[in-house]
Amino acid sequence: MKRLLILGAGTAGTMMANHLRPKLDNQTWEITLVDEEKIHYYQPGFLFIPFDIYTPEMVKKPIERPVPKGVNLIQETIDRIDKDNDTVYLQNGDTLTYDILIIATGTKPVPEEIEGMKGDQWYKNIFDFYTYEGSIALRDKLRNWEGGKLVMHICEMPIKCPIAPLEFVFLADSYFIEKGMRDKVDITYVTPLSGAFTKPKATEALNYLLEEKGIKIVSDFNIEHVDSENNRIVDYAEESVEYDLLVTVPTNMGSPMIERSGFGDELNFVPTDKATLQSTVKENIFAVGDATNLPTSKAGSVAHFEGEILTENILRYINGEELKADFDGHANCFIETGHGKALLIDFNYTQEPVTGTFPFPGVGPLKLLKESRLNHVGKMAFRWVYWNMLLKGRPIPFVSAEMSEAGKELA
Amino acid sequence: MQKVIASLNIEVNDEGYLTDFSQWNKAIGEEIALYEGIVMTDEHWKVIEYLQDQHRKNVPLSIRKIGKSGVVAIKDFYRLFPKGPLKISSKIAGIPKPVSCV
Repeated sequence: MKRLLILGAGTAGTMMANHLRPKLDNQTWEITLVDEEKIHYYQPGFLFIPFDIYTPEMVKKPIERPVPKGVNLIQETIDRIDKDNDTVYLQNGDTLTYDILIIATGTKPVPEEIEGMKGDQWYKNIFDFYTYEGSIALRDKLRNWEGGKLVMHICEMPIKCPIAPLEFVFLADSYFIEKGMRDKVDITYVTPLSGAFTKPKATEALNYLLEEKGIKIVSDFNIEHVDSENNRIVDYAEESVEYDLLVTVPTNMGSPMIERSGFGDELNFVPTDKATLQSTVKENIFAVGDATNLPTSKAGSVAHFEGEILTENILRYINGEELKADFDGHANCFIETGHGKALLIDFNYTQEPVTGTFPFPGVGPLKLLKESRLNHVGKMAFRWVYWNMLLKGRPIPFVSAEMSEAGKELA
Repeated sequence: MQKVIASLNIEVNDEGYLTDFSQWNKAIGEEIALYEGIVMTDEHWKVIEYLQDQHRKNVPLSIRKIGKSGVVAIKDFYRLFPKGPLKISSKIAGIPKPVSCV
């Protein structure tokens, strides 16, 4: 019996189990997933909890629910990978050997990385919203908040879902308008990037939306510490921004297990070939989703596109064939802009997001890089798509793993 | 496009970054630095050499990575190349503008 081991039963790991179980013979291949968590969170939903758009119950299911039959799930903490002996050590002392290893341990916010962030004021007037607890704590704060300076802040790149902080300020703008207190709230967006987004055309469109909604932007701000006594964040150039309510995206790091295993970059991400998804650590180790160091967005849509190509490559690896170098960094994201509208962006390693129609050239029905109500409907429908199609490894109709240039207004 | 830097015709992009690293020499670095209001010292050059070395090895750069490199502390990196240290030092080093991952 051969063993394929998948570390992490989140979006990418669960998806890989669903892709591979029907393709690998039950008699020859055992598939095992390892994850210490008991709950699988629909992470895109965290954005909506602070504004009472989603209830916490809407974003969680038991972790075993989307795991396919015929796949073992071990709920233990992973201690480390011994790559030289093809063995994974668990914290309870058990060991698991493997023929093929897929690392899908994701990324987590680590507020401890920034001095003064996780102190007395954490969840009092300093919040994150990329965690279940953080999004609920922030919801409770916003329900009774009387207004003041709201600062949305990103510590450093890369972060999971790099557009969510923008969606947060757009939704905050609508939320306070609906509560009749927008005039009492001053919203500032603070980013280490030179503008709203990393890609020029999208930055232009998004900067315009920020301006239209009266949201200030402070760019090129690299945080050095949080001065929680004086309610300000200070950057390395000694500039500071004052807040009454700080919503921050802490430094995102890969699992500390990667560091304990002796590989990984300075943020514990797995060095991975950006076209084949094979790790550069050892040939029988692959990586997928947020855990990789690929220069593309850390997002569920990316994991989905990677999943199709990685499945093919695992089968090729088993058959001793050459791997397909087909992954192009494809990402596809809805951006909530408030008031029941959303934008849609579609891009890859080389092609930045542009305007156009999606997925059918000239027809749409979705519009790229332009606000529309239908895009918002698409975003809301995505929760169903996530549980029923994405995690199950089913292809999304009309959207291929490799990005299509059709329907895009390319310069 | 071409620009005359240190009496040589150098290929640069519209933001002033060299597009051909092989054209770089120390005098070019010095002149770009002056244009950014920086007078180069040994401390500056140590950082530039590190950046160029990483560039040759195709290692993507980030402020965090430089802080962890042992070559320069982040605080000093800002002191040496105020405001956007990684962007400015990359320009002086003749390497492409660093891309942040999304």
